[in-house]
Formats: sequence, structure tokens, C-alpha cells
Amino acid sequence: MKDCKSYSVAPPLADIALRNFWNLDMALDVNTRIETIELLSREADCLKHKLEEERKKLNDVTLANVAERLEEVTFLNIKPRRLLKGNQAKMLCCDWSPDKRHIVSSSQDGKLLIWDAFTSAKEQTVTMPTTWVMACAYSPSGNLVACGGLDNKVTVFNISNPEEDPSAKKKTVGTHTNFMSCCLFPNSDQQILTGSGDASAALWDVETGQMLQSFHGHTGDIMSIDLSPSEIGNTFISGSCDKMLLLWDMRTGQSVQSFEGHRSDINSVKYHPSGDAVASGSDDSTCRMYDLRADKEVAVYSKESILFGVNSIDFSVSGRILFGGYTDYTINAWDSLKCERVSLLYGHENRVTSIKLSPDGTALASASWDASLRVWA
Amino acid sequence: MLIVLLKPIGILCSYIFKAMGQSLVIGSERSARRKKQKDGLSIDTPTVSLTAASMTDLDNITQHQIIYKKMEHLMDRMQDENTGIPVRTVNKFRAKVPSVFTGTDLIMWIMKNLDVDDQVEALYLANLLSSHGYLFPIDDHFLNVKNDGSYYRFQTPYYWPSNIFDPENTDYAVYLCKRTMQNKTRLELADYEAENLAKLQKVLSRKWEFVFLQAEAQSKVDKKRDRMERKILDSQERAFWDVHRPMPGTVITTEIDYKKLKRYKELATLANGDINSLQPLQIPVKPNIGKPTVESIKKEITAMRLKLDRRNIKLSKIADTYITYFEQYAEYDPFFTPPEFSNPWLLDNVEVWDCDKHSSLFSYRKEVTVRRIKRWAFSLKELLADPAGKEHFTKFLEKEFSCENLKFWEAVQNLKKLPQREVPEAAQEIWTEYLSGDSLNIDSQSRELSRKNMSAPDRWAFDIAAVHVYHLMKSDSYQRYIRSEMYKEYLNTSKKKTSMKGIRSIVSFSGKRDICPS
Repeated sequence: MKDCKSYSVAPPLADIALRNFWNLDMALDVNTRIETIELLSREADCLKHKLEEERKKLNDVTLANVAERLEEVTFLNIKPRRLLKGNQAKMLCCDWSPDKRHIVSSSQDGKLLIWDAFTSAKEQTVTMPTTWVMACAYSPSGNLVACGGLDNKVTVFNISNPEEDPSAKKKTVGTHTNFMSCCLFPNSDQQILTGSGDASAALWDVETGQMLQSFHGHTGDIMSIDLSPSEIGNTFISGSCDKMLLLWDMRTGQSVQSFEGHRSDINSVKYHPSGDAVASGSDDSTCRMYDLRADKEVAVYSKESILFGVNSIDFSVSGRILFGGYTDYTINAWDSLKCERVSLLYGHENRVTSIKLSPDGTALASASWDASLRVWA
Repeated sequence: MLIVLLKPIGILCSYIFKAMGQSLVIGSERSARRKKQKDGLSIDTPTVSLTAASMTDLDNITQHQIIYKKMEHLMDRMQDENTGIPVRTVNKFRAKVPSVFTGTDLIMWIMKNLDVDDQVEALYLANLLSSHGYLFPIDDHFLNVKNDGSYYRFQTPYYWPSNIFDPENTDYAVYLCKRTMQNKTRLELADYEAENLAKLQKVLSRKWEFVFLQAEAQSKVDKKRDRMERKILDSQERAFWDVHRPMPGTVITTEIDYKKLKRYKELATLANGDINSLQPLQIPVKPNIGKPTVESIKKEITAMRLKLDRRNIKLSKIADTYITYFEQYAEYDPFFTPPEFSNPWLLDNVEVWDCDKHSSLFSYRKEVTVRRIKRWAFSLKELLADPAGKEHFTKFLEKEFSCENLKFWEAVQNLKKLPQREVPEAAQEIWTEYLSGDSLNIDSQSRELSRKNMSAPDRWAFDIAAVHVYHLMKSDSYQRYIRSEMYKEYLNTSKKKTSMKGIRSIVSFSGKRDICPS
């Protein structure tokens, strides 16, 4: 409120009389301005209060209470089924091919690897001219992979022909002003959606490299994005180091809903398969779930004994299990409804950077700084 | 005293000072800090006040600092005189081992005081604490914990990673050099340490004289200490370097994620310090946070108004929808119900993927299972998501002579997927085919909106109209389809086929996962 004070040193009335018309006008203007700021902030406080009241009214029960009637999840028997050993470099991201069998991974040394996860064999290698390739994604057809990282760019490779060197058909689609942290193909091979350390997200046309839409609103680096699973598919969610989740309309480039609650950087966001809620994982070592219809946080997944941050999350097909890849080298499986942990998966020997459920939901892939990928089922 | 010793050395080696610049200042400052710490050290009950900082304030601090804060909070509890882990001096091979506790004690304490599930998790947590250097095995470079009678010691707060994040090579060289001087078996360099020393000697050849002198000075100071105190200090110093210059093959816990590094650097520059001295800072994240302007408040108000205007649903209802969703889809979630074909990851059987390929290549008639058909009844979305479902639904609509709606919906969805180059043309086609005439039954408002959008057609030109049509299909033809004889018949034939094939899919409805051979 310092601002207001400096303005409030308005000239006394007698003085004003001596001044010319223009000055008088100014003084009045200043006065009204103080008033508006004060009025507005009073109104804002009032609204904030009202909003809290409204939220309280909606908070009639907790999710865990309602879920008490469900049977406990005691039969999970998830084990590591495949170990995909890379070179020495840290694995930073992985994604499943739509054929449910191949995985693309990107790593710190700039290598993009295509794996046949079923046989644990490396099938193709693409070398990027950069290190720290933080994100990679398969296109819906399975013919293209996109990746990027410290080079601030999103690059697309055609991998449809295993005989051909993929880097021969390389295409730089978009460029950010800071590292690219996440990317995905929104239902089409022709577009790429990216999130970046420059706090913006962007939708690109693959063929021309034209930016179709940019999304500004975050005040911190965007760490993760996820596309809405709804039939229209025009919205996506982003999570950022400003501790906020924003829901975007791809058509207008505007953010239409926001969620807060985390106390540190958000590293990962994911839609509930129903499309009605989003979950997030953060450095504050919690996962949280927000409901779009209630416009608020509905669940927190945390334990006192979990000290480390969450780097990546994903839901099982039914939305009941929320997997989280943690900096403490483990994967925790949460019962998203009862808000309890149901399984703890050990295996990786360094932080887990990325986890993804396979397209048919039969397996979970995880990438880690220990230079390996694992498939759990 | 250390400083006093250092001063004449400094004069002697003034040429080195120039070369080293700041690092020496830091080095000697650190020595001073270390000395201070050592002097006022009571080893059995280290005083901890640093961690009293509230746990709720996680603003603008790094990943590591958050973890350190939590771990230090835990250390406080573990070292509590009454409720902590008992620290003793034990006799081992007739030699006294001061200030230690056993792995078993540690694990027991964790089991008792924290919400861990089992011993495995407690041990895991203990190992994490150890790998970050908060407690360490008294005679192993590999920072780990075993649940047995082996001995462990707490690290002194001075050596906690939150105090010195990234120590310099010079300091490491001095430390290694010192150990070679002390001529004791327990201080002998491990192979990798000897290698490191040799490397450092090369890199730091220009200031090696200084390193040597400082090491000598430090070892002299050490010699004057009480034997037990020296034992403890030596081990704590070793554990510190085991964290920051770990044995090859172990995880470097102090490594920073590149994704976060840039931001941390920004924070550090704002604090006029280097990344090593990163402490909780109070920097406004949003540039306009301190000074509300008319615009920012207005923006805030409109945002809140929007939030207030939104019709929100009560949590009880929402919880019910999640549960319903789960109950509906549990049958399709391989973690709850085994898939119809054996899970390829468990049984090395790729039947399911082969079948997938077939159903997309040939007619859907061959291999559409009951479970799949049942799913079509969940929602229109599910029906259209399955190619076989879409085909069957189209047939149904053709019979009714009403497949225009579906075709229009599909055309609009395809429009969104096109490369930018082809969008205007495709939009025009959709307009002429569906909207210019009366073939499509949509409200005048959507039609008008689409007409307007046609002046500069983009991929979302018909979105409103398509949503309208979708809802029409959902509430009308889809409902009729699900109730139609055609759907029921299809479902029944599939059921018969399955029952003839065997009872595999019936068994799988039990709701529990098969015990899988691993």
C-alpha cells in the first residue's frame, strides 16, 4: 500500500485554488485513483472472503471418507518386468508408442533411443546436437517422435522406416527462448504442444513450423503439460515452478481455470482419465488432485516418511491408482480415492524422472538418472 | 589459531594469492568457520538451531534445500536426548569407539516414530539419510545402512550438506593431502582417493605449495586434539567428503537437475551470492506482487468473480462420480482385472497385440470381445474411440438415414488434425457440404457463428456447431443405438462366441489379478 501513501500527499485545497486548471485536473485524477485502488482492493478482499465461504460450503465431506465404502487395494502385485539398460547417461524422459510395445527415451547425453520394450532391445539411436534432452514424445501414428531440451527447440524425427537414419529426416518445428521441458502431440501428427522454461507454452504446426497459438500466464518455468482426454480435446493443463496449475483453451490461448495449493515447484501434471480432474506432483513431496467441476483441491497424497519430491505422475486406466516417480528413487502407488499409499516400488538406483502408463494400461514405464528404463507390471 | 598459522603462510606465498583470487578467501574463511565450530563442539549432543526455520516456508528454495530441511528436522528428532536414538561409546577389539549407535537401533527408531510401512522402507529411508551424509557408517566410504549391529555416527551440523553445498577442489586436495601426512592406518587413502589426489595435484599444480602448507597446518592442529575427539572428527570429515566426492559407482546426491538449475542461478544472483550459499530467500515471484495497480486488482477481481459465478459441485457428489468411474472401468484396468488376453509383460505372450493389428487390418467382426462391446454403452466417447464401435454405430445410423451428424462431427475433428496449409480448404469443404445447405440440423446461432468464422476459417471454425451436434447425437441417436436390437444382438452373438471359446473371460471378472509367475 506504499503506493497509495505517496499519492495521498495531495495538495491542500487553498493551494489548488491558486493552481491552473490543468493541475487541478491532475489532483482530482490522483484522488480518484487512490480511491479506486483502495476500493478495488477492498472489493478484492471481500470477494476472497466470499470465495472461501463458498468453498467451505462445498467441502461437505472428504474424498477419503466417501471412498471408505470401497474395498481396499491389497492385491497389487507390481514387479519390474523389463530392464532397458542405456548407456551411462541419465534418462530424462520416456514415452510409449501407440503400438503399446515400443518406448522412446531421451537422455542427458543427447541420445534419443527407440526401444522394443518387450524384447528389451535398442532398435534405433538418434544423436541430438545438444545435451539434456528433457522431453520426448511419440506421435499418435507412431511414425514421428518429437524431442527437445536445453537447445530450446522442439525437433521432430521420422522413425517409420527402421532402415533409414532418422536424423536424415529431421525437422526443427519450434523454438522457445528457454529450455523446452515437455512436449506432446495433441491427437494429431501435424501439431506439437510444448512447455518451456520461458514460462510459456505453444502449439506448433509440424509441417511449416508456424506457431499456431502461444499460452502466456505462468510466472515460472513450465515443467509439465497434459492434454484433456475429453472428446473435444481443446483444453490442456500446465504445471509450473510458480506452484500453479493452469487450464488452457487451445482455441483462444487463454487460461480458463487455475489451481493452487502446492508449496513448491510443480513437476508433473496429469488428467484423471475421466477428464474431470487433474493431478499434480511437486517438489514439496506431495501429489494433489484438483477437480475441475468443484474448482478446487480435492485430495492430497503424502506421508511423513516421504521426504523427496515427485518428478512424474500417471493414472491407471480406472483412475483409482495414481503412480508417482520420486527423487528418492522409488515409485509410489497411491489409492487416489482412499488417499492411501498401496504400493512402493523399489528398483531404480537414482532419481526417477519420468513415468508413463502404457496405452493399454498393462504396464508402467519409468526412466531414471541411473541410466535405465524399467517396465513394471 | 589456524588463522594465525595461515597468515605467515599467506605472506610467503603471495604469488599464489594472485592466482587463486577469491577461492583462497573462501578457503580461509571456511577454515575459520571450521575452527570455530570445532572449538565449540560437543559431539554427543550437537546443538541444532538452524532447522528451526518453519517447514511451511518453502518459497524460493531449491529441491535440495527442501529435502535437507526435512532431513535436518528428522535429525533433530533422532538426536533428542530423551526420545532419540541412544548414542554410546562401545568397546570393539579392546579399542574404544566413541559416540556410535547400531543399525538396528536406527531402524527400530524409524519404525517406531515414522509412518513407514515395513522394515524395508525404514531401511530405505535410513540409507537415504546416510547417502546425504546425515549419518554414516564409521568405517566405510560407501554411505549405507545395514539393519544389524554395525556402528553408525551422526554427522555434525557443520558438515551438513545444507551448510556447504559445493565445496571446492582446493579444500578436497588439502583434506586428502592431510591424510597422507597423518600416517595412520585408519586414515589411509582408498584407491580412488589416491587417484583423485594425483589428479588434483596436476590440476592444482600452481597452488600445490599452498595446499601442502595448509594441510600441514591442519594436521598439526589435529594432533593436539584429544584422541577420542579426533576419531570422531576424522570420521565426520571423511563422511563429508564421501558425500561431496563420492566413491565411484555411488550416486552423487548433491547433483542439481538442469531443469531447475537456471532458476536457482537466478535466485542466487538476486541474493548476490553463488549457488553454494543458497538459503531461503524472500524474493517476490511475481514482479507486481508488492505494488497492486488498478489493472492488477481489476484482473484479480474479475478472476475471482468468475470463480464465484462458476457453479461448483459439492465434494460428496464429486467423490461419487470418481467412485462410479472406477467401478465402471475397473474391468478395463489391468491392475484390477486381468486383460482378456494374457498380459504380455507377465506371460511373454503377444497375442493381444497381434489381435490388435488384425482388428485394425481386417474387419472388426472377427475379434470383438464382449468386454469391448460392453464398453460402448458407457458413453458416446467410448463408442467412437473404438474403430469397431464407430463402424457399427455408423451402420446403425445409415439404417436410420441420419449419419450426417456423425459425419459432420468427424469432419470437424479431422479438420483440427490437419496441417495448417490444408486447413482453409478443408474448412470450405465442410462448409459447403454440411452447413451451407439444410442437410444438418443445427440451431441458427451455431450456424451463424460458423458463417462468421468462415470469413477467416481456422481449425476451430466449426467447434461450437460440432459440440452442438455432438450433444444432439449423445442425447438422441446414441441412446437409441444402445437400446436398439442391433446393439443387443451384436453383444449376444459375441457372448455366444466367447462362451464357446472357453471361459477365460468369465474367470477374469472375479476382480482379482491372477497370481502371475515372475
